[in-house]
Amino acid sequence: MSSEGVDKSRRRFLTAATSVVGGVGVAFAAYPFLATWMPSAKAQSAGAPVEAGIGKMEPGQQLVVKWRGKPVWIVRRDEQMLSGLKKNEELDVLRDPMSDESIQPDYCKNEHRSIKPEYLIAIGICTHLGCSPTYRPELAPADLGPDWQGGFFCPCHGSKFDLAARVFKGVPAPTNLVIPPHKYLSDATVLIGEDDGEA
Amino acid sequence: MSNQNNLLAWIDARFPLTKMWNEHLAQYYAPKNFNFWYYFGSLALLVLVLQIVTGIFLTMQYKPYGALAFGSVEYIMRDVDWGWLIRYLHSTGASFFFIVVYLHMFRGMMYGSYQKPRELVWLFGMFIFLALMAEAFMGYLLPWGQMSYWGAQVIISLFGAIPVIGDDITLFIRGDYVISDATLNRFFALHVIAVPIILLALVVMHIIALHEVGSNNPDGVDIKKLKDENGVPLDGIPFHPYYSVKDIVGVAGFLIIFSLVVFFFPEMHGYFLEHANFVPANPFKTPEHIAPVWYFTPFYAILRAVPDKLLGVIAMFAAIVMLFLLPWFDRGKVRSIRYRSGAFKLILVIFVISFIGLGYLGALPPTVGRTWAARLFTLGYFGYFFALWFISKNENTKPVPERVTS
Repeated sequence: MSSEGVDKSRRRFLTAATSVVGGVGVAFAAYPFLATWMPSAKAQSAGAPVEAGIGKMEPGQQLVVKWRGKPVWIVRRDEQMLSGLKKNEELDVLRDPMSDESIQPDYCKNEHRSIKPEYLIAIGICTHLGCSPTYRPELAPADLGPDWQGGFFCPCHGSKFDLAARVFKGVPAPTNLVIPPHKYLSDATVLIGEDDGEA
Repeated sequence: MSNQNNLLAWIDARFPLTKMWNEHLAQYYAPKNFNFWYYFGSLALLVLVLQIVTGIFLTMQYKPYGALAFGSVEYIMRDVDWGWLIRYLHSTGASFFFIVVYLHMFRGMMYGSYQKPRELVWLFGMFIFLALMAEAFMGYLLPWGQMSYWGAQVIISLFGAIPVIGDDITLFIRGDYVISDATLNRFFALHVIAVPIILLALVVMHIIALHEVGSNNPDGVDIKKLKDENGVPLDGIPFHPYYSVKDIVGVAGFLIIFSLVVFFFPEMHGYFLEHANFVPANPFKTPEHIAPVWYFTPFYAILRAVPDKLLGVIAMFAAIVMLFLLPWFDRGKVRSIRYRSGAFKLILVIFVISFIGLGYLGALPPTVGRTWAARLFTLGYFGYFFALWFISKNENTKPVPERVTS
């Protein structure tokens, strides 16, 4: 092929234009493939709210229900446990005691991180790397130290949370555990995953 | 005889069979002073073939479905004739792949095989290492045991540390709000087809790049400088039959050790197959102690050594990026440890101790003392690259001989 008398800038423009159009085409064609990786309609529908009966819970008891495939904890806190929350604030061991940097509905952004002080409802997935911490309600066990007021301990990387699911200082988890949207349908039933935007 | 020659000529006119045979085997001249450390490249190739063959047979029995996966692995172990052997070959092969590759990489560091003009050989090799880690990680989810599940949960959550888009990325990878059937299914697809294809392509590029520049050797001297009248390096011998035969000895030695593990210690006391993985995946209960398989523990220990989530993830990935950049950290002209300074030897020893130390700590639950030890070793790991940068600039090296030594 002779390159004599060829308009090089015209050829360059056409090559570039063809490449750009082709590139856009590839991007559009790639979208459906990538989109198949997002949660399917079925997975999304499994995220529907769940009801939990809490009427028969003993003080200090932990109940685990499944929402969006994740464990959601419900803990009925007694007076001593609630005073332990205060104690932790006084000891200044919490990283985010007022939950300023943590995720929770506005109606749970308070010192006990719940609608009713008696019940803690939190997603039981560590904010570090997603393990499920262990419920450790006992006072001052040997492995957690004399100041332990009860809480949750993550076996994976040693993160600690108090009974309001607030993270301790000096552990790898960056924020408090997430509080899911929820509302009380009655004194004995709570709906997890939906709050109609109300408290 | 002449029929055979005719056939070969017929093929050669249509496909460069003889040419390729000569270029890569019969007339590929490798330095004559290869030692023990030069077994591991061909052994890695052997393990790759082993993994592909055993993997193909495992897919014939395995079910990549959340409700069936764990049971189908047990079915392979108990009910399929010789299924236990195929599965143990595959699971042991994974660990041996990393043993062989780590030794292969260490050989490169010792003899400066990444230095000019072999930077691309090293880079292709590092991409193989990366693909291998992805392959191993996704393969580990497939048995759908407790450690499969929570290990994947932790590693995928690493991406959640990325600011702003992190949570969406983890959702994208999992295909669900938690590790689920969707995750298992896509990991299966990636593990059995996508990553192996990439791996094979990278291995081909690694070898083509190597054969373009020629192999390094324990003396680090360039054998192409001195050639005889036929253009054959004076210190070179044809790969085939000399090294093909030598490598078969290596294969025999390797298979003896490999078989010992497959038949007598396939779980390797919980290091090759972790105890918690004999319990089916339970999204509600994290095992008391979770640790990755041994070949990831050095990087995992670095992750845990940093108290901040994002910084920890960055440090872990940086540990691998450092290795990629090794050819540019080393400013030295002398390749082999035999002729390098005492300072180089010292930092390499510290690096090896740090790497092994991190690997040891990464498998244990964290305590205060261990975390500080991990921080020290992390310093030793990263320190190597920066110390190398300084040392190699004006290094007090020994004279490098003209020819390889015997």
